[in-house]
Amino acid sequence: MSHAVLSAAEGAIPAKREITTKPRFSDRVFRAVVSSGALSSLIILGLIFFFLAFQGYSVLRSQGLHFITSSNWQVVTDTAGNVDPKHTQFGIAAMLIGTFLCSLIAIIVAIPVSVLAALFLNFYAPPVFKKIMVAVVDLMAAFPSILFGLWGFFVLMPSAEYWAKLIHHFFGFIPVFQVDPPIFTRSPFVAGLVLAVMIIPIITSVSREVFSQTPLDRIQAAYALGATRWSMIRAVVLPYGRSGVVGGAMLGLGRALGETVAVYTVLNIVYQVNWHVLLGAGGNVASMILLKFGEAGPQEIKALMAAGLVLFLLTLLVNLGADLVVRRSGGKGR
Amino acid sequence: MSDEMTTERGPGLVSSLGDVARRRFESKSVTTPVQGVGLEARGIHAWFGDRMVLEDMSLDFWSGTVTALIGPSGCGKSTFIRTLNRMHEFIPGAAMAGQVLLNGEDIYSSGTDVTKIRLKIGMVFQKPNPFPSMTISENVLAGLKLAQLKVDNKDDLLEECLERAGLWNEVKDRLSSYGGSLSGGQQQRLCIARSLAVRPEVLLMDEPCSALDPGSTLRIEETISHLAASMTIIIVTHNMQQAARVSDYTAFLLSDGGPGKMVEFGPTGEIFSRPKDIRTENYVTGRFG
Repeated sequence: MSHAVLSAAEGAIPAKREITTKPRFSDRVFRAVVSSGALSSLIILGLIFFFLAFQGYSVLRSQGLHFITSSNWQVVTDTAGNVDPKHTQFGIAAMLIGTFLCSLIAIIVAIPVSVLAALFLNFYAPPVFKKIMVAVVDLMAAFPSILFGLWGFFVLMPSAEYWAKLIHHFFGFIPVFQVDPPIFTRSPFVAGLVLAVMIIPIITSVSREVFSQTPLDRIQAAYALGATRWSMIRAVVLPYGRSGVVGGAMLGLGRALGETVAVYTVLNIVYQVNWHVLLGAGGNVASMILLKFGEAGPQEIKALMAAGLVLFLLTLLVNLGADLVVRRSGGKGR
Repeated sequence: MSDEMTTERGPGLVSSLGDVARRRFESKSVTTPVQGVGLEARGIHAWFGDRMVLEDMSLDFWSGTVTALIGPSGCGKSTFIRTLNRMHEFIPGAAMAGQVLLNGEDIYSSGTDVTKIRLKIGMVFQKPNPFPSMTISENVLAGLKLAQLKVDNKDDLLEECLERAGLWNEVKDRLSSYGGSLSGGQQQRLCIARSLAVRPEVLLMDEPCSALDPGSTLRIEETISHLAASMTIIIVTHNMQQAARVSDYTAFLLSDGGPGKMVEFGPTGEIFSRPKDIRTENYVTGRFG
């Protein structure tokens, strides 16, 4: 009888079974704890976004695209002290471009330095020295930014001014290196260098970690083929660690984009778009918010919130882009 | 048969492996004359930290021959083979004593360019390890780039190396796909081709087939047989059949809990059919290890 049943079912494809398990109580509790931890960070981020959007909405609405394409920032009041909405203008183009320039300079300077430092620590440094250096680098990554700002202002800037003059002297024919009038202090170049010093520890730390995970069998394969240390690094370590370096660079870039106090200390903020990186006139969204916040009236506060929102979105966009780059270049070499 | 059963040291397995080895020896001795000593190990000792893992290994490896190193796990085979091309020193805390002579010159003497040594003494590892960021042809030619060597015709070298490693027919139509896309056995032959491209005089193989299926193992053994005509090959293996099939000489290493030592060395046929030491016989007949 059972045979007949079996043979009748033969040939027919059975329906897929739903596979379930009943989690234990302890598992469910732990799941809830972990999920709430994960969700809370998302919720806080979302709340910040909505707060900024809510506060900045009226300004964004009245200014429209001008908010990110123009560089005028003036609050016009009538004789009674009321804000005149017709003539009041808020535009952060100069600040956005300044932010972009400073961060770009920071990244261009920081990546090679960090990668070389990470390679040195992993493959060249004597063990004791390596231990000390790793601790120092990690400590530097957590340094308060105002200290970088002060150091940048008093120590780095005088030297950087000299370097800027050199660059201007030899490469002044390239438009971005033109300086007119000749003011070399508090330029995007200086701010970029301070930012670079700030993010070098972060990128170094992440890169070193990734480099140190390079599979030993690949390293040995290279050495067994008569590789020198440097050719082994180029053939094995760099391809393996590339996506990690990009990831570290993005962490650094995120910090550079949003850095406020250090930039504020060493950058001359001017409401005019300036592509000349050596000229002492720049912009930075975060620093501008700090600069204006103390004396801003209610309407201007809203505009600052809107600027914050733009910065928020910019950072998000950069990170998404970086993620894309990592994913595209990842896989290979791994 | 009954004759063999009554002899003192002649159980079935020993004689059958001995036959395998003898057949190989006879077929080979016709085609390849021995060309002289390629590599000599003199009094090799090795340590990891304070622990001595290898004691007083002295062996000559003749050009144009295959030497198998056999012995149970932990007897120092791999350590020994890694002292032969200075890969041993990569392990933190590793130390060695003794001499390794390549064409009469000590590869450990001060002032030696170790990268040049490794060009002459190539190595194939237990786990296939092609460079995943490189294509098949880039993998084969990787050694040239790594050691900054110049070659006139790369395409010829590429084909020659893949041919010698027995891989050419399988990959000739997809030389620009990545090394990781090959099967495990193909990857291992790719690694062999890669080590051939820098034209080593000696090839060290550290259990090259232990991660592979029987079919791939067979292909690699054929490859070894072909290569043996033109170079010195030293192979570490756990597979007694393999040692009997591919090698001309066999060294048996053993550790009694202390450092590994060489128990016996001789022509493979003799090691498998008439071992002098009872420990060798017990090992090759599968009584332990």
